[in-house]
Amino acid sequence: MADAGMLRFHVPEPEVRPGGTPDFSNVTIPKAGSVPRPEIDVDPRTIRDMAFSIIRVLNRAGEAVGPWAGLLSDEELLEGLRHMMTLRTFDARMQMAQRQGKTSFYMQHLGEEAVSCAFRKALKPGDMNFPTYRQAGLLIADGYPMVSMMNQIYSNEADPLKGRQLPVMYSSKEHGFFSISGNLATQYIQAVGWAMASAISNDSRIAAAWIGDGSTAESDFHAALVFASTYKAPVVLNVVNNQWAISTFQGIARGGSGTFAARGLGFGIPSLRVDGNDYLAVHAVAKWAVERARANLGPTLVEYVTYRVGAHSTSDDPSAYRPKAESDAWPLGDPVIRLKNHLIQKGAWSEDRHTQAEAEILETVIAAQKEAESHGTLHAGGKPSTRDMFEGVYAEMPPHLRRQRQQAGV
Amino acid sequence: MPRRTMIEAIRDAMDVSMGRDNKVIVYGEDVGFFGGVFRATQGLQAKYGKSRCFDAPISESGIVGSAIGMAAYGLKPCVEVQFADYVYPAYDQIVSEAARLRYRSNGDFTCPIVVRMPTGGGIFGGQTHSQSPEALFTHVSGLKVIVPSNPHDAKGLLIAAIEDPDPVIFLEPKRLYNGPFDGHHDKPVTPWSKHELGEVADGHYTIPLGKAAIRRPGSAVTVLAYGTMVYVAQAAAEETGIDAEVIDLRTLLPLDLDTIVASVKKTGRCVVVHEATLTSGFGAELVSLVQENCFYHLEAPVARVAGWDTPYPHAQEWDYFPGPARVGRALIETLEA
Repeated sequence: MADAGMLRFHVPEPEVRPGGTPDFSNVTIPKAGSVPRPEIDVDPRTIRDMAFSIIRVLNRAGEAVGPWAGLLSDEELLEGLRHMMTLRTFDARMQMAQRQGKTSFYMQHLGEEAVSCAFRKALKPGDMNFPTYRQAGLLIADGYPMVSMMNQIYSNEADPLKGRQLPVMYSSKEHGFFSISGNLATQYIQAVGWAMASAISNDSRIAAAWIGDGSTAESDFHAALVFASTYKAPVVLNVVNNQWAISTFQGIARGGSGTFAARGLGFGIPSLRVDGNDYLAVHAVAKWAVERARANLGPTLVEYVTYRVGAHSTSDDPSAYRPKAESDAWPLGDPVIRLKNHLIQKGAWSEDRHTQAEAEILETVIAAQKEAESHGTLHAGGKPSTRDMFEGVYAEMPPHLRRQRQQAGV
Repeated sequence: MPRRTMIEAIRDAMDVSMGRDNKVIVYGEDVGFFGGVFRATQGLQAKYGKSRCFDAPISESGIVGSAIGMAAYGLKPCVEVQFADYVYPAYDQIVSEAARLRYRSNGDFTCPIVVRMPTGGGIFGGQTHSQSPEALFTHVSGLKVIVPSNPHDAKGLLIAAIEDPDPVIFLEPKRLYNGPFDGHHDKPVTPWSKHELGEVADGHYTIPLGKAAIRRPGSAVTVLAYGTMVYVAQAAAEETGIDAEVIDLRTLLPLDLDTIVASVKKTGRCVVVHEATLTSGFGAELVSLVQENCFYHLEAPVARVAGWDTPYPHAQEWDYFPGPARVGRALIETLEA
């Protein structure tokens, strides 16, 4: 019974704080294979319930089941496993390099490797991602050289971005990876603009927008949904819900909408939720959304339900705001282990081969790291020139910058 | 030569640019079917189709943000923000994104967009239709900032802005859309059809960015102005009989420092005039540059005449607006100093 008279202010709280026992009993996990796969030209009004479910392919026994299964060959799955393992190893080495003072900052993907690695394989060359800082799997899975990524992280003499950007804010047009801003949500509407441009140009390329659960609160997210909906832009609107926005649990950005996917419903955008730790499910849903975009059916919103196992960045300490064992209790498991178990269950992989692959990947990453470090690290060895600092502000350097460069003595 | 209003000249610039390059896309609030609240885009949708000129949702960050994405794709969007007073929701997109994209990606992605917006007062528009926010953009590395003062320049500068490889903020003094305005609000305005700067050639021409124009040669004092204030300064010079040299900056960033320095070294005196509020206004930058470059030629302190540091008022518009009387007083004081 509502009591009138005195208003009360509501601030949502996560279920558990440090010292408590992790509890995800509020996260409803549908059985793998239980969510139907509609045709891509489905009437969005008939699939609104998909915004409140979770599409899953891999079951607890490691089998791929249901209507979203069966799209990838063993070879493709093994490649996907290798991409995720590479990203994880890359992260571990760069995290350590930051602790060793070789760079100022790093952001890892631990637990979220499937999202970007699997998504990339649903795209075609020429498509464009507008990523956040936690989608480096888009580059790894597209064969972008790890050495170039490390050169950027180290801001060394071979840094493709000339030392101008914070570590991990990569850019590669060639690999369909838009320059990462570091500001949040700005890229979401830009992705829609890119997609609008592709449609205006009668092209066949599509865009993918990326955002985290926390940043969906930014007005640019909502502007992006309006523009995408209005102009039926060929774009996939990805929301990576990893439960935590630095120290803020996802309930603060989500409010009363139930899920982040549900944000799309008011815009008439087909909105799906998918198990973000299930490589096969991520890929299948991404492919569905990409096909819709390419077929002139407009935008799709996809929420990837996952968990940020690591800290937000090297400047963050999650033990101050969430239980230490929370990641172990996450009900959707680990994406690498789940795909590995699936491949073993199929007879395409084994524990021995996995251990061997881990060693090979570590060797490859270390070799790349050595090569990158031969070009310098943030505080040692080769670095971009001070002259580079003045270049590239404009296509042509204006007189005032020329004067300032002279003043700087370079 | 045909004469055009400033609105017609701006429309012609977009028309010429769209005709020459199908990558030029024009959109904004009310811009498509209706042709914009000031009619700057009238007829463009009918001529070039809805893919090239269309209405946008009321979301300035959405308009500019999507334009950045289009530019990254390879198009050349020229978008309208209905009033400069409405640009603030797009400020993050302009400052953090458009201005820095080339730099932060080392040229991998670039942002050749133009953001057009009516600026300034003199139309009883109150605080939401009268502001002059140019200094918020001249403070940002990576942007170019233009304020034309007449139809001839407006067309040539806008075509140059659309063809420029970097983001350009194009501020259109709305009080000048239909005729020059010298601050005497109680006198009729000479229409552009009777003004020599209303002569706007057909077809394609450009005026290079970063070049000022001397509107009134003189030897006693230099007046640095742009937009509407060019006419106010000219009126002040005529009314005081002071032999002032009036420089129309046209482009604020990059600035034509050479023309400014040559003039102040010649006159030894300088008055800076703008509609925008005084404190941290673009005038502060101009005064600094003048003293850095002309200190030993100066015979008087450099004066500033600007909008008062209040929000733009409604009923008190003509007490707020820097008119010929205030500029004239500054000229006299500078000469008597």
